[in-house]
Amino acid sequence: MGFDDLENINPKLYRKCNDREVTTEEESDDIYDEFDAREIFDLIRGINDPEHPLTLEELNVVKQNDVCVDNKNNEIKVLFTPTIPHCSMATLIGLSIRVQLLRSLPPRFKICVQIYPGTHASEEAINKQLADKERVAAALENNDLIACINDCIVVD
Amino acid sequence: MGKLDLIQTLSGHEGRVWNVCWHPQGNTLASCGEDKTIRLWFKEGSKWVNKDILTEGHQRTIREVAWSSCGNYLASASFDATTGIWDKKGGQFDCISSLEGHENEVKSVAWSKSGQLLSTCSRDKSVWIWEVIEDEYECAAVLNAHTQDVKKVVWHPHLDILASASYDNTAKLFKEDVADNDWICIATLSSHTSTVWSLAFDHSGTRLATCSDDCTVKIWQEYLSNNSEGIVTPDNNPVWKCVCTLSGYHTRAIYDISWCHKTHLLATACGDDAIRIFKEAEDSEKHTPTFILLATCANAHTQDVNAVAWNPSVPGLLASASDDGEVKLWQYEDN
Repeated sequence: MGFDDLENINPKLYRKCNDREVTTEEESDDIYDEFDAREIFDLIRGINDPEHPLTLEELNVVKQNDVCVDNKNNEIKVLFTPTIPHCSMATLIGLSIRVQLLRSLPPRFKICVQIYPGTHASEEAINKQLADKERVAAALENNDLIACINDCIVVD
Repeated sequence: MGKLDLIQTLSGHEGRVWNVCWHPQGNTLASCGEDKTIRLWFKEGSKWVNKDILTEGHQRTIREVAWSSCGNYLASASFDATTGIWDKKGGQFDCISSLEGHENEVKSVAWSKSGQLLSTCSRDKSVWIWEVIEDEYECAAVLNAHTQDVKKVVWHPHLDILASASYDNTAKLFKEDVADNDWICIATLSSHTSTVWSLAFDHSGTRLATCSDDCTVKIWQEYLSNNSEGIVTPDNNPVWKCVCTLSGYHTRAIYDISWCHKTHLLATACGDDAIRIFKEAEDSEKHTPTFILLATCANAHTQDVNAVAWNPSVPGLLASASDDGEVKLWQYEDN
């Protein structure tokens, strides 16, 4: 994509968080540990932005505080914040987060990916699309789209 | 109150199973899904076995399968934008036609009672009516009444009236205008607050049940012109009125609903992995009916339940399909 085509020419950058410190309890196979928000955040923070050579974490699109894990009910909710309210890439970003989680997590989880309330002009329409599993399934059979998503998900 | 007993788990599909459909005689079950195959299950002794696997009909996910009411044909709707017609003339099922026309994913396909009409719908927002003339399928109408993708089409149990459900939060009814052979929308059912995933007529065709992403089921009743309740019917077309809403039972999107024409039981397939059974209460009033929950089978599957279908000949026999890759057979019993 050429420089002139960028929607957000000069996005604000944020510092990456430190790597998770692994405790001895976590390394012990005898202790059952549940999924936590940091673990989910680690799965998605390295996803590349479709426009910039930056990660969703560096652009503050995903934040650990906006990840919610309910192990008891097998529910995971991720809110993401597009960098600008008219970002045309918001659906692609949401799909990339969803696909990354679908591929990484056990299938018992119900995954919900939504736009952080009030941060996008088409919030409701995009949330409805991302929640429609039939549309998501059909999109994932589209080779061009899946290539785009894989480009975002791939960790350099 | 009642309960659902698991009869058998039918494993074989790879990946998500989207739909199940019973042969009109009730002796064969067809299932389809993400693995692009249709599987046919027959009863041998007391067990159901997978005898046929139909492949090479579609390039992408098969979203739905439907038997014709004569039982000789099977239709399949696919994300590859085509609808397959399968025929058993040569002793085994072959794909004899591939109906093209939709711009993208075909999501549902249904045969009219007479077998002379077929309907399909798609993400391209259109509903198509096909006329069936000796194995030839001719497009009779393209209906663009919905403003978003159309999720499901079903025919009235006796008449050539079609019902459709859509992502635009409505259901619509269509029939042919005899004056000029044009298919027209005769009713729009608006009340759901999110996608209507599926719908089912009762045995008489005077009631329709819809299920939605808004976690509710709604029961709609037909009021003909000059009805004794004084409900106004513009242009003398029947009016469909929501007479009951079942809310508070389902915790996620309801993907399918089946209304048994023998037992009058309603079954729902839900994204919360459960199957629920409802029935109209015995002391229910016709115009303000009450439906009661008879059974909830929590964790009926380990993932979303996508489809439910009552067997047309064995009362209480229910088939379900799920994202967990399995098809299950259940028997409903009153306690």
